Amino acid sequence: MTAESVPRHSPLAHAAEHFRTVTRLSGGALRLAEVPYLTQLTVRAEPGGPAVPGAERALGLRLPAEPNTLTRHGSRTALWMGPDEWLVLAPPEEAGGLEDRLREALADEESAAVADVSGQRTTVLVGGPASQELLARGCALDLHPRAFRGGCAQTTLAHAPVVLVARGAQKPGFWVLVRSSYAGHLGAWLLDAATEYTSVLVREW
Amino acid sequence: MTSQPHRLPDRGRVDRARPLDFVFDGTPLTGYRGDTLASALLANGVHRTGRSVRLGRPRGIHTAGSEEPCALVQVESPFPEPLVPATTLELHEGLRASSLAGRGRLSPDQDPARYDTLHAHCDLLVVGAGPAGLAAALAAAHSGARVVLADEQPEPGGSLLGTGEYVDGLPGAVWAARARTEIEAAGARFLPRTTVSGYFDDNYLLAVERRTAHLGDLAPASVSRERVWRIRARRVLLATGAHERSLAFADNDRPGIMLAGAARAYLHRWGVLPGRRAVVLTTNDSAYAGAGELAAAGLDIAAVLDARPRPGRRAARAARAGLDVRAGQVVLGTGGEEHLSSVTAAVRGDADRTAQDLDADLLLVSGGWSPAVHLYSQSGGRLRFDEGLGAFLPAGSRQRVESAGAARGIGNLAGCLADGAAAGRRLVEAEGFPAGRTASYATEPEEAETPPVHLYVVPGRGGSGHARHFVDLARDVTVADLGRATRAGLRSVEHIKRHTTAGTGRDQGRTSALLTTGALAQLLGAEVGELGTTTFRAPYHPVSMAALAGRDRGRLFDPVRVTPLHAWHTAHGAAFENVGQWKRAWYYPREGEDMAAAVERECRAARTGVALMDASTLGKIDVQGPDAGVFLDRLYTNMMSTLKVGRIRYGVMCRADGMVFDDGTVLRAGPDRFLATTTTGNAAAVLDWMEQWLQTEWTDLRVRCTSVTDHWATLALVGPASRALLAGLAPDLAVDNDSFPFMSLRDAVVAGVRARVCRISFSGELAYEINVRSWEAPAVWESLYEAGRPLDLTPYGTETMHVLRAEKGYPIIGQDTDGTVTPQDLGMSWVVSKKKADFLGRRSHSRADTSRADRPQLVALLPADPHFLLPEGTQLVAEDTLPAERPVPMLGNVTSSYRSAALDRTFALALVKGGRERTGQLLYARTGEALVPVTVAHPVLYDPEGERRDG
Repeated sequence: MTAESVPRHSPLAHAAEHFRTVTRLSGGALRLAEVPYLTQLTVRAEPGGPAVPGAERALGLRLPAEPNTLTRHGSRTALWMGPDEWLVLAPPEEAGGLEDRLREALADEESAAVADVSGQRTTVLVGGPASQELLARGCALDLHPRAFRGGCAQTTLAHAPVVLVARGAQKPGFWVLVRSSYAGHLGAWLLDAATEYTSVLVREW
Repeated sequence: MTSQPHRLPDRGRVDRARPLDFVFDGTPLTGYRGDTLASALLANGVHRTGRSVRLGRPRGIHTAGSEEPCALVQVESPFPEPLVPATTLELHEGLRASSLAGRGRLSPDQDPARYDTLHAHCDLLVVGAGPAGLAAALAAAHSGARVVLADEQPEPGGSLLGTGEYVDGLPGAVWAARARTEIEAAGARFLPRTTVSGYFDDNYLLAVERRTAHLGDLAPASVSRERVWRIRARRVLLATGAHERSLAFADNDRPGIMLAGAARAYLHRWGVLPGRRAVVLTTNDSAYAGAGELAAAGLDIAAVLDARPRPGRRAARAARAGLDVRAGQVVLGTGGEEHLSSVTAAVRGDADRTAQDLDADLLLVSGGWSPAVHLYSQSGGRLRFDEGLGAFLPAGSRQRVESAGAARGIGNLAGCLADGAAAGRRLVEAEGFPAGRTASYATEPEEAETPPVHLYVVPGRGGSGHARHFVDLARDVTVADLGRATRAGLRSVEHIKRHTTAGTGRDQGRTSALLTTGALAQLLGAEVGELGTTTFRAPYHPVSMAALAGRDRGRLFDPVRVTPLHAWHTAHGAAFENVGQWKRAWYYPREGEDMAAAVERECRAARTGVALMDASTLGKIDVQGPDAGVFLDRLYTNMMSTLKVGRIRYGVMCRADGMVFDDGTVLRAGPDRFLATTTTGNAAAVLDWMEQWLQTEWTDLRVRCTSVTDHWATLALVGPASRALLAGLAPDLAVDNDSFPFMSLRDAVVAGVRARVCRISFSGELAYEINVRSWEAPAVWESLYEAGRPLDLTPYGTETMHVLRAEKGYPIIGQDTDGTVTPQDLGMSWVVSKKKADFLGRRSHSRADTSRADRPQLVALLPADPHFLLPEGTQLVAEDTLPAERPVPMLGNVTSSYRSAALDRTFALALVKGGRERTGQLLYARTGEALVPVTVAHPVLYDPEGERRDG
């Protein structure tokens, strides 16, 4: 038996149907969906130090230096999480391989560290023209494109700690990274918050 | 009675095509869409809306807005709401309301409506959509700045709605509606029915939007009834207007006495003449326009009493138009029981000789205008008293806020429009948004103003006192009350407010504050300016608790954290326990089982067969770096750096005071990599503690800490049969004791999933903790459960975990400890290193207090009656009778107490003074009135030799 044959169960699997209902009833205003199983790696290194170029080569993208900014390349994203901390997002199939390559690249760098945190958080897509207002119901940050220029922030949404990632200029909306244990709460909150866009309360499960 | 006898056929902004039935005090009445309850009542000839709070005097509609001190009614349906101003309550189908005597009734039922909140950010927030606010928003809206305009009324216009004035040749209300359209088309947000109630630091303001209450029964359930706006504004412009105020004369509180501007508004906005024959009393020019318009609309004006000896040009014009203007006259008193019937006029200062009774059912009063400086003051703004205007005006704030229009004392329409436009332009340009050309607005010409006279108290007939000269109608405070306060020695307006309650009503003294201060100045022989104002605090307008709660109620009140296995626990009938924000499976009752029976069965399974628990809530922190061992040595009381790769060690952490802070295991995954576990409740605190030391004190250590609590799920497989079960699911893992000894870890494939298996036991039994990625946990759990069926694998919850660990004397940090307990107190000196040079808390362990012999120590207690379960928290005493001494000298208290299947009896853990020395002693536990004998025992009651952990 291999690991791939074992059924996986994402933190918001039970909400998928409700998310689809909201998306349908909102008439295009909102799109809710879980983006599960993303590869997520915490990378720690001294900013500007010798470990950073190696990590960047292994990742194939630059690590953002400015607070609350992100970089993207292909299907990979690096989020600034602290002066010496980044969260790297990659497709699920990169699990293992990417971590090994990074670890190899940083093997001689004593101040650097890599940790696989893929199971720590799941990701919720909050898309559509009403996405900013939906999040403003539970998040105090200014998410207007003019203010949320860096595109990434660690904050609270509905009293749960989250990482917010703007999807980019072309696609209105956000990725909300939420800890697996808080995901059910956040999912229930999103369904409740969407009520005015769907005209009915899409019931919590 | 004719329907709406006081309604004019063709005036006002009500929709005569939309009549609305409503009920007031049981009487069915009719009004129109666009009415307030007050305007509809006045149209039907109803003034009296209740009685006063202290004296029970009849009171009626005094104003036409949110500043109303008297006409506070009880809404009975659609949903009961107390103390709602009739002057702002929008009439709707199905409204039932009742008069009140100063106090309302809260509904005992749960409010079924939704309330929600929205955070908003803007470059400019304009508060108030009157002429100044609209002009400001028009000037700012095209600049590209984010502009929000909030107004408490259903439609924009502010005073323009009630004065009949024209702007740019358009009726004020029409101009305002067009301005709104333009502002919104430019991208600004207009919030009607929105009262900005709080102004906090960093230009953070709180506003409440009333969204559906005006729809009555037709309010859609999916739309929030009220919304709290939490607004962060770069700049704020307060265009909040001004409140007219009354004067203190005898019997100035009868129904039928209202502010002059209010009557004008009832005419223009609602097409209502609130009486047949009126007397006007004024100290200033503002009453003349309304008096003339009301007279033209058919109100018989008996006289205009102008307190000024030379009222000036506007008065002269009114006299030429036929009004009986009486210079230098005031009101001495009024007559009438339930409603005003007469007004006594007299020359000011010559009352007794000149008094004359005038028949009237309406008395319109203008004692001057008080700028609404409440929010400005809340912002931290200073106020100064302007002697000429007789008003407190904004005089500088530490925040980025300005005032415009009547809110800073500008008294005419043209001035307010120009002031607002200039301010709107200036404020967005200060934020870097070019505003372009600023419009100017055409208004009707006005005669030059004659200054007001600053009059507050009008003495009654000789020697009649001031017991019915009201300054605060909402709180029934009179000039006589103020006199008593000053005679008691009070001089500060703050003290007098608290002594008399003046200004503490629902309206917070909107119409009464300056009148109160003016009356006080007269009593004290002081200047109004030197007395100042009381402190303005949020909220400016009452905010319901339901609105503040918003969606944070019920299930959404506080996040609930669950493990990946939560659905399984629920499906298998688990009862849950709250541990911090976590829901943990507590026990799994079978059909007909109570908690005790379920826990006993689960305990027996763990001790005799095999049992499975979800331990995923344990905090897990990945600690990496070449100095990780040194770091952990400083953090834990025992040695961690000597741990071999692949091995696990239990550890205790103390705060600097030497008291136990947390405990858990540390495993070494590699030369430079450890995983520390924490208690469920302390995961975040321990990570913070680690970061605090790394970032502030031990910055030289090359260590990185990462929370992986939610990344891993932890499945605890416990019991003598656990080895066989694991072996079946992990064929490549050598599970015999020599290959996989206690306190070691192995990476292995379990049930087809890559797992980290640790031999850790919190029960004393042979046990494994299987760690897998969170999303794989349900599949692994199911595999274990299925494979365990032949062995009667029993899922167990936290209660059983507690019993099992207590039988072994393992303390739970936070239950058996309370932040005043050292490791030594717990009997765990073995976990405190004698070799290490230092660790957090070490020095505190040698303090005289931490080393004294009679400290509370952890022991077990065995009740003499083996079936008696001691309540946790029970206090312990030495004798079987309570001594006379008070307080009774206590020896300690019970921290944990359980029924034990393994011991076939009840037992408890307790912290007892010098407890270890008392082993074998009989103590007494005070439960209710009884003193129950208990024997002190060593805390390890089960398998003290530790023979069971290897199976």
